This record gives sequence, structure tokens and C-alpha cells, in this order.
Amino acid sequence: MGHRISVTINGTVHEAEVESRLLLVHFLREVLGLTGTHIGCDTTNCGACTVLLQGRAVKSCTVLAVQADGREVMTVEGLARNGQLHPVQEGFFEKHGLQCGFCTPGMMMSAYALLQQNPNPSEGEIRWGISGNLCRCTGYVNIVEAVKYAAEKMRATPAAAELERS
Amino acid sequence: MIPDRFEYVAPSSVAEAVGLLQRYGAEAKVLAGGHSLIPLMKLRLASPRYLVDINRIRGLAQLQEDDGTLGVGALTRHADLETSELIRSRYPLLADAARVIADPLVRNMGTLAGSLAHADPAGDWGAAMLAVRAQVVATGPRRDRTIPIDEFFVDTFTTTLGPDEIVSEIRVPKPSPRSGGAYLKVERKVGDFAIAAVGTYVVLDEKGACRQVGIGLCNVGATSLRAKRAEETLRGRVPDEKAIADAARAASEECDPASDLRGPAEYKRDLVRVLIGRALRRAVQRAKGGA
Repeated sequence: MGHRISVTINGTVHEAEVESRLLLVHFLREVLGLTGTHIGCDTTNCGACTVLLQGRAVKSCTVLAVQADGREVMTVEGLARNGQLHPVQEGFFEKHGLQCGFCTPGMMMSAYALLQQNPNPSEGEIRWGISGNLCRCTGYVNIVEAVKYAAEKMRATPAAAELERS
Repeated sequence: MIPDRFEYVAPSSVAEAVGLLQRYGAEAKVLAGGHSLIPLMKLRLASPRYLVDINRIRGLAQLQEDDGTLGVGALTRHADLETSELIRSRYPLLADAARVIADPLVRNMGTLAGSLAHADPAGDWGAAMLAVRAQVVATGPRRDRTIPIDEFFVDTFTTTLGPDEIVSEIRVPKPSPRSGGAYLKVERKVGDFAIAAVGTYVVLDEKGACRQVGIGLCNVGATSLRAKRAEETLRGRVPDEKAIADAARAASEECDPASDLRGPAEYKRDLVRVLIGRALRRAVQRAKGGA
């Protein structure tokens, strides 16, 4: 049976008719063409599919699209505004926080969620915050550096600059 | 991986949800956090015909103390417990357990109530709730039923919950004076289930002897286990090194681990012994006012 759902994704309302069993990650990638969110393990382990649902970082391979009806979702496509990279993205670029890049969208969404809750995390808190996201290339060292960079940049950026970006 | 076809229903009240369970019986499953159920459905190990999503029901995400107990709602997430100042300051066993369940992303969705209803012996909350003597509030077509946690787990993935009942709340007794708890887990990596984990809760009397002892064991048996002999070994005694070692040995003997890819049974038994020793020392230290 089809369900008519309406989901706000990166600030834009999307409506669609979906099957009950459609996963949120497939809704994002296949129905809406938002392929920034990756499918890695498909078994709730790797975190490549991480998105924000109502502001909380979740694995979109383990959420049904119908569960997101009437809710707000933020994907990696929602980080940059007006062609300007978000400090989290800038951090991964500047600190070489990736090699193959497959885990990067999910890693950035977890980092973003962490920094929303804790703007000044210690190295331990950063490692704790991204512990649901697996990276098989970097050994995490540069990812942690990237998140530190983002945290500093975000703290140094006045709210006005953040508004200007949006 | 894609689940088999099912019909999705999202009731807006517990009564409506119970009505759906009455109508659909064993063909229905309740969706709370979904972080055990949805993976099982994707693997086609579970193929319910009806999925009753309780996430749209208001007022089920509470986390508050009243009438001598802490009430944890059916939709209170692991992360809510992990970040709660009330839990951190007054329920150290719960705080310890909440932060070692799966990973931060899973903790944002998964619920304590759902974890108990799922009754996986590898679930951390089962052992934690056995240690603190929690009660499960089951809401069905008639009035609410309060089930002591000791009577809740029947077998692996099996509870005394009826097919038309929903776990609407978990009630944890408020901590007594001079009480302390701890939860310790050894896992191969973040996100994995425990090789073994233990929850310990002690209440000391004026002379420093154990007035009350609660010990729960995770993933070393067909269900979450209460280490009754270990509890009896310690009850009434001053928890010195000898008494703690005796209790730890009793727990390692009464658990029933299986050899699997997380290790041989003999290793897990010894792990239980070591973890119980550490967790009891920490619980006693906390009961005496330490961190």
C-alpha cells in the first residue's frame, strides 16, 4: 500500500507516494536523486548513510521513509550554502580528512551533529562522537583534525556570518 | 537489503495501538526505535504483515522521577538517558550502560523499552534492569499490568508480554541512601554486542555491609541473567576483597555462556568473574560517595 509522505529536506518540502518498506536512504538517493548520502554496509554498522532526522544524527538505512513523514531531514547536500562550503566541509578539505571519500558524507553529518551539541569538543569527545562512523582509509587521525578545524572555525565565525551564508 | 512487504500503521494513542495489536495479533510488530526490528526485517529474519509505529504517540518519551520510581517512557531513547543530568547524577548504573550501547547514531533512535521487549540476551538493558529490579508496565486491552523484570524474560527473544500488549513504561526504583551501581562491558569494537557485560547495584547499611545486592549479566546465557547466587554470596557481608571475589566466582559459575566468534565459553566465564569484581568495587565506591 502506498503512503503519501511530505518530508522537509534541507529546508525544501518534498512530497511523494512511497511503499511502506522503502528505506529513508533509498528515498533520498533513488526517489529524490540526493546521492550525497551513501549506502555502505546496509546493516546499521558503518554510518556512511548518516543524516540528521529532527536534528539528530541517524543511520538512514535503518529508518523507513514513512517514519520521516512530516519531519525534517538534513543531508550532506544541506551543508554548503550559496556555493560556500560549511566549516565542516572546509575542515575535511584543509586537513585531508579523507582518502577514498566514501565515508565522508556520513562522517561530516556526525561531526556536524556533534558540533551542534558540543561546540568545543576535546579530542576524546570527537572520537566518541564519530564512533558510529567507520573509515577504512585514514586511521581517523586527519578526520579528528578536520573536526577540530571545523570547531575552531565555527566558534570564530560570528552568528552574523552564519546568517549571511544562508 | 529491503524488507518484505508490510502494511504500516501509525496510531496516535496507546489505546489505538493496542486495538491494532488485538486485531492483527501475531502478524503485527511494534516499531519503537526500530534498531533491532528493521535490521531483522531487512535480513528477512522477521517479516511482520503489519508494523505498528508508536513514534507518533505523544507523551511516551518521559524520563522523570515520581512516587518513588524513575519512569522511562516507551519512546525514551538511549541517548536521552546518556545525556540526562538526572540519570548522570542519581542512576550511575543506567548512565554507564547508556553510553556503551551500540554507537551514538544507534543511541539516537533505540529505546530502553524496545530493547527489553526485543529480549535479546545481548541487549545491555536487560542485565542493567535486572540489577536494579525494574518493573515493566504493559498496557493491553484491559488495565495496565506491572511485570517485575525477574518475570519478564522467558527465553531468547521471548517475554511474558501478551500479543496485544505494549511496553508503555519502565519503572526503576529510586536509589536508596548509601547505594551505588556500575555497568561494565567488554566488546570487540564500538557498535558490537558485548563479549560479556555486567551490571551491579549495592545498598550498604550503617555498618557498611551489603543490605541489598543486584547483579545482572549480559550475553552469557539464553536470556539476560540475574546472578542470584552471587547476590546471595554478598548479601549481609561487608564488601571487602574476599567477599567481592567470592561473589565474582559465584557469578562466573552460574552464568551459561556459549562458545562463538566472540570467544570460548571458558574465557567468557572468566571475563564475567573479572568484570563482576571491578563493577562491584566501583558500585561500593559510589555507594560510599565516590565517583
